[in-house]
Amino acid sequence: MPWLTITIFLPTVGAALLTVLRRSGGQGARVISLAFTILTAVLSVALAIGFNGASPDYQLEDPKVPWVPALGINFHVALDGISLWLFLLTTFLSVIAVLGSWTSITKHDSAFFICLLLLETAMLGVFAAIDLVLFYVFWEAMLIPMYLIIGVWGGARRLYAAIKFFLYTFVGGVLMLAGIIILYFALPEPDRTFSIPELLARAPQLDGSLQLTLFVLFGLGFAIKVPLFPFHTWLPDAHVEAPTSGSIILAGVLLKMGAYGFLRLCIGFFPVGTEVFGPVLMWLAVIGIIYGGAAAMWQTDMKRLIAYSSVSHLGFVMLGLFALNPMGIQGAVLQMVNHGLSTGALFLLVGMIYERRHSRMIADYGGLWEEVPVYSRIFLVVALSSIGLPGLNGFVGELLTLMGTFTSAWVQAQLWAILGCLGVIISACYLLWMYKRVFYGEPKPHRDGPMKDINTIEATAAVMLLAGIVWLGVYPAPVLRSIKPAAVAVVNRFEVSRGNVPRTKPFADLAPDVAPLGGTELPAVFSEDDEQ
Amino acid sequence: MSPLDTLWLVLLGPALGALINGLWPQRLRGRVTHGVIACVAAGFAFVVAILQHIALGASGQEIVRASYFTWIQAGNLTVDFALRLDPLSSVMCLTVTGVGFLIHVYSLGYMAHDRDYVRFFTNMNLFLTAMLILVTASNLPLMFVGWEGVGLCSYLLIGFWHRRESASRAGFKAFAVNRIGDAGFLVAMFWCWKVFATLEFHEIFERLELATAVDVRWITLLLFVGATGKSAQLPLYVWLPDAMEGPTPVSALIHAATMVTAGVYLVVRMHPLFHHPESAGVLVAWVGALTAIFAATIAVGQRDIKRVLAYSTVSQLGYMFLAAGIGAYVAAIFHLVTHAFFKACLFLGSGSVIHACHEEQDIMNMGGLKDKMRTTHWTFLAATLAIAGVFPLAGFFSKDEILAHAFQANRGLYVIGIACALLTAFYMGRVLFLTFYSGRRMRDQAWEKVHESPPSMTFALVVLAVLAVFGGLLGLPAGLGLPHFLAGYLAPLLPDAHGAAHMPARLELALMGISLALAIGGLFAAASLFRVRGAQGEERLRKALGGVHTLLANKWYVDEVYAAVVVSPLSRLAQAVSDRFDPRVVDGLVNGVAAAVGWGSERQTRTQTGRIRDYVLVILTGAFLLVLGLIALGR
Repeated sequence: MPWLTITIFLPTVGAALLTVLRRSGGQGARVISLAFTILTAVLSVALAIGFNGASPDYQLEDPKVPWVPALGINFHVALDGISLWLFLLTTFLSVIAVLGSWTSITKHDSAFFICLLLLETAMLGVFAAIDLVLFYVFWEAMLIPMYLIIGVWGGARRLYAAIKFFLYTFVGGVLMLAGIIILYFALPEPDRTFSIPELLARAPQLDGSLQLTLFVLFGLGFAIKVPLFPFHTWLPDAHVEAPTSGSIILAGVLLKMGAYGFLRLCIGFFPVGTEVFGPVLMWLAVIGIIYGGAAAMWQTDMKRLIAYSSVSHLGFVMLGLFALNPMGIQGAVLQMVNHGLSTGALFLLVGMIYERRHSRMIADYGGLWEEVPVYSRIFLVVALSSIGLPGLNGFVGELLTLMGTFTSAWVQAQLWAILGCLGVIISACYLLWMYKRVFYGEPKPHRDGPMKDINTIEATAAVMLLAGIVWLGVYPAPVLRSIKPAAVAVVNRFEVSRGNVPRTKPFADLAPDVAPLGGTELPAVFSEDDEQ
Repeated sequence: MSPLDTLWLVLLGPALGALINGLWPQRLRGRVTHGVIACVAAGFAFVVAILQHIALGASGQEIVRASYFTWIQAGNLTVDFALRLDPLSSVMCLTVTGVGFLIHVYSLGYMAHDRDYVRFFTNMNLFLTAMLILVTASNLPLMFVGWEGVGLCSYLLIGFWHRRESASRAGFKAFAVNRIGDAGFLVAMFWCWKVFATLEFHEIFERLELATAVDVRWITLLLFVGATGKSAQLPLYVWLPDAMEGPTPVSALIHAATMVTAGVYLVVRMHPLFHHPESAGVLVAWVGALTAIFAATIAVGQRDIKRVLAYSTVSQLGYMFLAAGIGAYVAAIFHLVTHAFFKACLFLGSGSVIHACHEEQDIMNMGGLKDKMRTTHWTFLAATLAIAGVFPLAGFFSKDEILAHAFQANRGLYVIGIACALLTAFYMGRVLFLTFYSGRRMRDQAWEKVHESPPSMTFALVVLAVLAVFGGLLGLPAGLGLPHFLAGYLAPLLPDAHGAAHMPARLELALMGISLALAIGGLFAAASLFRVRGAQGEERLRKALGGVHTLLANKWYVDEVYAAVVVSPLSRLAQAVSDRFDPRVVDGLVNGVAAAVGWGSERQTRTQTGRIRDYVLVILTGAFLLVLGLIALGR
């Protein structure tokens, strides 16, 4: 049985069922979508159990189905150690998103859950596709349900946000499509293919200047999605206007697609482009870490604050990826999962009090610690995980991405890592300052009376996320181990394909050389010359 | 089964205690049960620490290391959850659990009427867990778990009375400032990995020759940045005085006896690096010395009893860094231990006073308490003499050892050290006399209610006072041929264990005489000013110091300088980014593009007038141009 394909399309089946049973009323739609998302999650876990974490190869592959035979386009899905975890994250967060919309969605319920389920299929497809056109189709397919979720069920300025989100992402998608077509025709006739595994072998041999063009065409779309500074302004608007579950999916999964695209396609296909644009992306990542954090510090709207924190956190992911060593890439993939859990949980929690008080403004709250004790404590743990407190998940990702950056072969590697560490300080400031204002102090009386503490459905979702947060903080080793072969493969392919191009310094690919890189000279932080 | 087979056992008690009290905050019968659970947990850890200490001594091993599971594995890095017990961590465990246990017991009484009794004990146990991880960790990342863990508990406990704006603000400040230091720790860790390709302590120490001078200098410097944050040294000390917003047992446990010593422990733990001639050790010593004198001057001008003690802590920590920086590691640890005794005693004593005076913290409003609070008075007196360095109390020996080392290393450091000793004796005398002597300055009503604290509190005071008196026996001057137990015990691990022995006995005695004279002189000056005259003495002090006193009372305006130089520019930057730059420039660009496209297309639509004659005109013009073009090409 093509289990992977079945898993991907299971939510679509659920969506189809909902269209048939539209009149069955709101509660039915919730139960059905919950059932389908849980089933999908269970199936994905079952698939993961069968996954061989020691192998760098694509696994769980379903038989290739010709789709447009004339152009060699196939329906072809498989997972490797990198996509597996993003795939699992998606099925997991989809369950949370359904729980998170249980009471908050009050109009067109069925339609909402149909969108959510279709979105899940598209997201799973992006991570599992190993045919470039299929990847593109899923990538664009995701746009429509998300557009609707923001535009129909969003807040006051939802249309502005939805259109902004759509245009940004769509521009990126179109550029990527152009890139895909150019890439296809750039290869000599018999080699032309859309298969990602085959392209990984062939694309790096393309002419250098063409690689640069293609890197930009693909990379722009991904940079928007991540989002890298200065392409990030769609994100706060989209988050603020999106309903809770939309924010969870947006932050938890959609942003990861940009980083995933960089890792799989840009680094995989275009080593020359990677080497030339790597420092640019590293700088943008560092700027994003600090800029996002600084912007978050001054926000008055909790969702906006968390949105800017995402810009900051995704900067760590980008640092790890373009450190181009296994430690950095492993850390980056883990950090993607971490960010999905922590930020997803933050949005879920903010959604809960929004439902009670209809405000996201920090100034409208105060002294919640005594009013809603359970909620406050959960929020604290989640905030700490987002800050990167060791023992919780965020720390491991930050440590590995920064350490990977520090030991990478870029000339300015140490400088980037040190600047990245500023993000560690800033994140504590903006999150705990918000926490202080919302939860500490004298309780503010409200016309609706005291706030109700967390209910069973909310607690279920929160505890699921907390379990992930603690698990990945205390025992991430198995996860990291299963990411490693694929990460090493990425690095090795990059190293091999860039072949004999001389580098100013030896590339520390697997570990820092036992003989220190810097030798007796000054550390690289202080040297003037750049990679190019 | 030897206690050495189960190193994790020392963590078990506090961890379980925190878990039980944290997860079932209201379920157990009677709130005292929760407090008792926490005390038992701390006591259990203390017993385990003693057993491990004995077993380690008996086994003859220097280091016992146990790895339990792999925590992080990426690239070539493997970080295990691994604990290590050696003489140094054993001494730290004993101090932390011993003083910690006493403070837990004290809290039973002190916090008895607080509404958040259970939360308090949960956090205290959590703190002990984190601190024990810190001192028993066998690698840098695991140590960092404890390192940040104590920071977190400190945040939670400083802001314990979170309804008070000043408390939650102070908690935030502590965490944020600590994080600056933590960033230094992180970078030091990266650098270690880059150079040594390992983060395990023993492997780093085996591979020292891989490090160049530059590596050593930067790694030690960055580690010290971490230490200045946690141990409240210049310039990151600013959080500690504000930390007095927390309940007094917290001040005693975290901000005097244990957490703040983590930085000293870090330097001593990493001593093979700091011992390198190219290390930042000199800087450590000077920063320590300057912090010591700087904080001591501020302490002279404070009126809040806890704040005086807080600045005194900063100052005493400076001594420890001075010692560690010049390679006198044993002396640093010795002073760490004795300081834990007498400073915990002082803080708990001040808590007892504050408790009795109904949350009054201003020493100018106290006075004459010695007859009403006999036990508190006697213990406070003993601890004051100990910290001032009066023979033969604990502080005398530990401080003298540091000063003797400083004398040999650098005379400048020594002079600062003895000046600071004088100030210490003076400001501690000031607190002692203004609080317990010098006639009462309280209103009658309040005076009537003043009472000695319950036995659960005085018990801890007495034990700590005894330790403050006799703690010096741990390290009698080796230069005089007396046994230095601590040095003997730490000898396998630390290089300087017998360093001070080289000093001639006469010089040793002379230095002791100077220290003692200064200590007594300081106390005497304080006595003559405050013992009888009380508030008038303070007035005279203020007049004598003139403008300097204003400066001291306002803590050299450092907080104001920070606010003006760091906080305000940063928040203005944040404001500029989020209110102006992001919406107007970055987003403005995007919206500008959108507007330009809209404008262009709107222009274009104007050509679509719908009138036939316009279209005919365009067609004819086009045709004309086409023909013209063809003719031109045809030529």
